[in-house]
Order: sequence, then C-alpha cells, then structure tokens
Amino acid sequence: MSEKCYVGRSSKIAARMLGDEMMIMVAPDSTVFTLNEVASVLFNAADGTTPLEEIVAERVCSEFDVELEVALKDAESVVKELAGRGVLLVSDEPITPPRSFAQAAG
Amino acid sequence: MAGVITADTDVVIEIGGFPIRLSTDDPAFMEMLKERYDGFVSSGKSARIEFDVVLANSDTMYGNGDLRVERDGARWSMDRGDFQAHWNLRTARGTIRQTANPYSLNSLLRIVHTLLLAEQGGFLVHASSMVRNGRAFLFAGVSGAGKTTMARLAPSDVTLLTDEISYVSRREDGYYAYGTPFAGDLGRLGKNMRAPLAGVYLLAKGTENKIEPVGAAEAGRALLENVLFFARDSEMVRCVFEAACDFVGRVPVRRLTFTPDASVWEMIA
Repeated sequence: MSEKCYVGRSSKIAARMLGDEMMIMVAPDSTVFTLNEVASVLFNAADGTTPLEEIVAERVCSEFDVELEVALKDAESVVKELAGRGVLLVSDEPITPPRSFAQAAG
Repeated sequence: MAGVITADTDVVIEIGGFPIRLSTDDPAFMEMLKERYDGFVSSGKSARIEFDVVLANSDTMYGNGDLRVERDGARWSMDRGDFQAHWNLRTARGTIRQTANPYSLNSLLRIVHTLLLAEQGGFLVHASSMVRNGRAFLFAGVSGAGKTTMARLAPSDVTLLTDEISYVSRREDGYYAYGTPFAGDLGRLGKNMRAPLAGVYLLAKGTENKIEPVGAAEAGRALLENVLFFARDSEMVRCVFEAACDFVGRVPVRRLTFTPDASVWEMIA
C-alpha cells in the first residue's frame, strides 16, 4: 500500500456494536462476522478522508501501546482482508464518504 | 379459527396477522389450498395483498432453479424454476404463475412474509416455537439440531406454533411469535395464534440438559445464521440485520444443550 492510503466503509454492509463486538453483515453474500479490537478501531475510523497512517498513529498506537511501524503493517493487513470481504474501500485518494449502513446504524 | 371461504375462486390465508388473498379459477387447486392451510384461512373481508394464481402446465415450469428475489421501484419479482411471481407494493396486487404443486406456493408465501416482516422489524427464522403458560419459546438451529425433537418431546400443556419456521413479529409492546402452517418433519401445522416471546434457545444435543447464557454478538450471529431472507439488495439486508440486532437486545437468547427425552421440558417454563 502506498503511504497515502485512504479507507472508507462500503455502502453494501450493515454494522452494529453488539455487546463489545462490532458485527458486520455483507449484503451481496449475506456473510456475518465480527471484528477484533484493532479491526473495529480501523473500521470506525475509516471515514474515507483520513489517511490510514494517521488513523494508526492516532487511534491504534495510542490505544494498544504499539510502535507505529508494527501497527501500520498489521493495519495494512487488516485493511486488505476487510477490503477483500467487501467491508472497506481502499484508495490512494480521499474517498467521498459513502452513505453507508454503518453510518446509518451509528 | 373458522375456515370461511369468500368465494369458490379465492381464499384468504392469514399468517402472522397478514391476510393474503389468492384467486384462481382452478377449483381443485382451491380445494387443495383450503385443506393445506386449514386453520389459517380467514374470513377474508379484506386482504393486505391480493395475488392472482395462474396455473401453468408442468411441462413449461419445473425444478427448483436458483431463486431470485428482486425489487424494482414498487415492484417485487420472485422467480424460481417452479414459479414466477410479481407484486406491486403500491397496488398491493400481484400475480403468481406456477404449477399446481403446493410446495411452490408454500415457498412463495414464505418469501412474501419475509419481505412483509422485514419492513416492520420481524423475520422468519429456522426454529420451532411453542407456547407454554401464555409465553412463546423459540428453539433455533440448523437441520438436525433438534427443532422437531423439541416439539415431539413437548408435554401436553404446550401448544405447537411450528416445528420448522417460526414467525417473529415486532409490535409496540414487544416481540410475538405466531403459529405458522410451515411444518417440518413433524408434518403438523402449528396453531394459528400468537404469544409474547419469552426467549430463544439455541439448540445443541448433548449428554445432559443445561441452559447457558450467550453473549450478544454470538446471539446475533446465531440468529442471523437461521433467519430466512431471500432478497440480496442492500436495503433488505440492512432491515434484517437491524431486526436481528434489536431482537437480541430485547429478548433473552440462551444455549440449550439437551438429551432427547422429555425431561428437557422441565427447564422450559
């Protein structure tokens, strides 16, 4: 991934916190899964306009007490997986915030 | 509930409080409907949806092809190898083209009810459901989990709502389970009644009877795995997802591990 990597939430998912877990449902194939803590932080911060590195530095490193370089590598891996599942959108340019179900669900 | 037929060419089948009128000019098919949905045939003064059923030659429609449920504006269309149907939300009218196979209509009714329920926060779910002491209990699980077994083991003070597909409707004062004619291996229709939903048990077979708490996320995941829905469009998925999430926040969901004997019902009250 390039240094300036932007992530946004897909409009084809529904998401909601249940207990302390973020649950996701993907519309096209109706798969359901929950996100781990780091993935939840990334998902919640994926506004399409904040670079991934900034999200990791400000949200992940501070919350999980981890070095930026390590955290960024892990975050890129998580983002890649979530993009593959249709949960996140990835671009090297800012993404217009989608009217996603995740946002609608708060 | 009395089975009163409105005319020789139409019948109103009321499931979950939604009356649906089916009209056909085939008397034999009409008789079959009355018999098959006995107990769910309403007085038919009015219906929320009206379908004209056109029977097709079995040479021209066959098999259980891939199901497609799609919405285009106000029009829902539902196609499978053995039926084609459409339904206009604005006019509340539609047409079903199928062979005289009753299973086709049964499938179609399930689909229509999932769409109706999704709009109001309810759903159909793979679960048996029964009423005891005025309260309904759902027993959810995939095929072989024990849905029908729980129905077979039920004591005489328990009323069967269904042993296969439960009907969950959201009302202002909470969730209700309704009886359905969607029978499983038991081969017996549920009673056409409703009761407030007291809890859901996720079924697991074991060597002892026990009830364990289930976390919200696990409950939501398990429920969604068993909820029936057929339309893949994003709005419908969102409705079902939200309904399941709201549901597990309001109705207790537990895991019920049981041995296949009647003693399991000592824990359900």
